[in-house]
Amino acid sequence: MSKILGIAFAGHEAAPLAAFAQRLGLPFDLLVLTGNAETDLGAEKVLSAGLSDLPPASALVEALRAHATGYTHIAGISSMASKDVLARLAGALDCAMVTDVIAADSPTVFKRPIVAGSAIATVEVLDPVAVLTVRPAGFGQPNRGGSSAVETISISAASNVVVTNRVQGGGARPDLTQAKIIISGGRPLKDAATFESVLGAFADKVGGAVGATRAAVDSGIAPNELQVGQTGKIVAPDLYIAAGVSGSTQHMAGIKDSKVIVAINKDPDAPIFETADFGLVADLFDAVPELTSKV
Amino acid sequence: MRILVPVKRVVDPYAKVRPLADGSGLDTTGAKFEINPFDEIAVEEAVRRKEADPSVEIVVVSIGAGECEEQLRKALAIGADRAILVETSEAYDSPSIAAELAAVVAAESPDLVLMGKQATDDDNNQAGQMLASRLGWPQATFASKLELGAGKATVTRETDTGTETLEIPLPAVVTTDLRLNEPRYIALPGIIKARSKPLERRPAQTTPRLRTRVLKVESPPSRAAGRKVASVDELISALKEKGVL
Repeated sequence: MSKILGIAFAGHEAAPLAAFAQRLGLPFDLLVLTGNAETDLGAEKVLSAGLSDLPPASALVEALRAHATGYTHIAGISSMASKDVLARLAGALDCAMVTDVIAADSPTVFKRPIVAGSAIATVEVLDPVAVLTVRPAGFGQPNRGGSSAVETISISAASNVVVTNRVQGGGARPDLTQAKIIISGGRPLKDAATFESVLGAFADKVGGAVGATRAAVDSGIAPNELQVGQTGKIVAPDLYIAAGVSGSTQHMAGIKDSKVIVAINKDPDAPIFETADFGLVADLFDAVPELTSKV
Repeated sequence: MRILVPVKRVVDPYAKVRPLADGSGLDTTGAKFEINPFDEIAVEEAVRRKEADPSVEIVVVSIGAGECEEQLRKALAIGADRAILVETSEAYDSPSIAAELAAVVAAESPDLVLMGKQATDDDNNQAGQMLASRLGWPQATFASKLELGAGKATVTRETDTGTETLEIPLPAVVTTDLRLNEPRYIALPGIIKARSKPLERRPAQTTPRLRTRVLKVESPPSRAAGRKVASVDELISALKEKGVL
C-alpha cells in the first residue's frame, strides 16, 4: 500500500506537500519540523516537532529515520535544507531519490529538469521507497477540509556537529519562494546600497521580494540567499521583473515557472528578451524608479 | 592529512545542449567536457589547504570511462598529488556512486572528502550526502568557507535564509558551493607537471544497483514569445491586464 510522508521543514511547506500528495492520489501523513502545523490539509496524521531551528543534518536524519518507516514516498519541498537532509535520509534508507520533481506521470514516474533546465528528464523509480524533493509550482493548491489528528513528536538535536553561528538575512520582505512579486537585478546595480535602494523600493511598494543573479551575489552586491537560478532559489511568482539581467541559462532555470516575466534592460539584444513576456528596452535606473512611483 | 576529491566529467556547463531526437539522452556531439565546476572548486580548495600546510595530500578520483583521465589530469594540474580512475562502463545513479566512493574511502582512509554540491549535468545534489550517510560521517553541504584544524573542520555554509557556521569532527564530507573560491587559471608548467603525476586505474569495487532509471529526455516546454513595450506606462497597463499587478 503506497503512502507518502511529507516532511515540512517550515510550516508553510505543508500545504504544497499536501497538494503534491493529492495530485498523486495517495494517502499521506505530514511531519512538520518547524512552525505551525496545519490540520485541514487532508493528512491522515500530522506529526509536529515544534523545533525552533533545524539541527545539523546528521542528527536530524538519525531522528527522522524512526518516523520514516512504512512509507513508499518521503517528500519535501525543494530547498537547500531539504536537499541537505533528505539526500542523507535517502542514503540512510538506502532507497531511491529524485530531486526537483516538477511533474508526476504516475506515483513512480516523475519529471525533473536537468542541465540547468535545458532538458526535462522522465525518471522511473525502481526501488520500493523513494525520497523526493518537489518544486511546488506544478502541483497547484491542496484541497482543504477535515481535521487531522496531531501528534507531537520529539526530535533530538544532540550532535557531534556544533552550530557556532547563524546569520539570517531577509528582514520584513516575503520569502523568495513564496513571494507573488519579485524584482531582481544583476551586476549593473553597481553596489549593495544601489541594489537595495533601487530594487528594494519597488519591492516594498508592492509587498514583494528582491532577487539577484549569481553575478550580483559573487560581486558582493547582494547576499547569497537572494540568488535565483540553477544553483540558487527556484521561484514561481505571479510577476518576475528582471532589471539589468542578461538572462543566462543558469538564471533562467530558476524563473521559468513565473507566470509573467518582465525584462528591463538597456541592451536590446540581451537574451532575456527571448523569454520575457514583456520587454522594456530602457535604463533600469530610469525605468525602475518610474515604475515604483506609478504602481 | 589526506583529502579525497571526487571529480565528475560533465558536458561543458556553458554550452547549449539539447536532447537527442529519440529522447534517449543528451546530444553531446562536438561538445567539450569539463570537470564539474563545483568539483573544480573542491580541487582548488584542497590545493589551497595544501599550500597552507604541505603535509596535506590530495587524491582525486573519478568514476567512469577512460576519457575521465582528461578531467583527472586537469585536477592534477591544479595541484592534486595523485589520481584514481575507477574504470567502468556501467550506468550509475547517485546511490551507486556513493557506494563506489565509499569503497574508495575504505581503501584510501581520507580525513576529509571534499566534493561539489551537485553536478551541472544531472543537477541531483545527492551523492555527497549519501556518501556521508553510508560512512556514518558528519556532513557540511553548500560550503562557502572552510578552515581545517586538528581533528575538526569549521565550515560556513549557505542556507535558505543566510549562512551558518558549523564545527564538524573529522573525518567528514564537505560539499562546495559557488562562493568557496574562484579556481585558478592553470599555467603551462602545471599542465606539464600533471602528465608525470601518478594516475592509477582500478576496477570498480561495487556493482551499481540502480534505484532510478531515466526513461526519456526531452526539451522543456517553451514559453510563448513575448512582446516589447515602449514605456513604463504601457508596461503597467499590460501587467494590470494580466492581473499580476
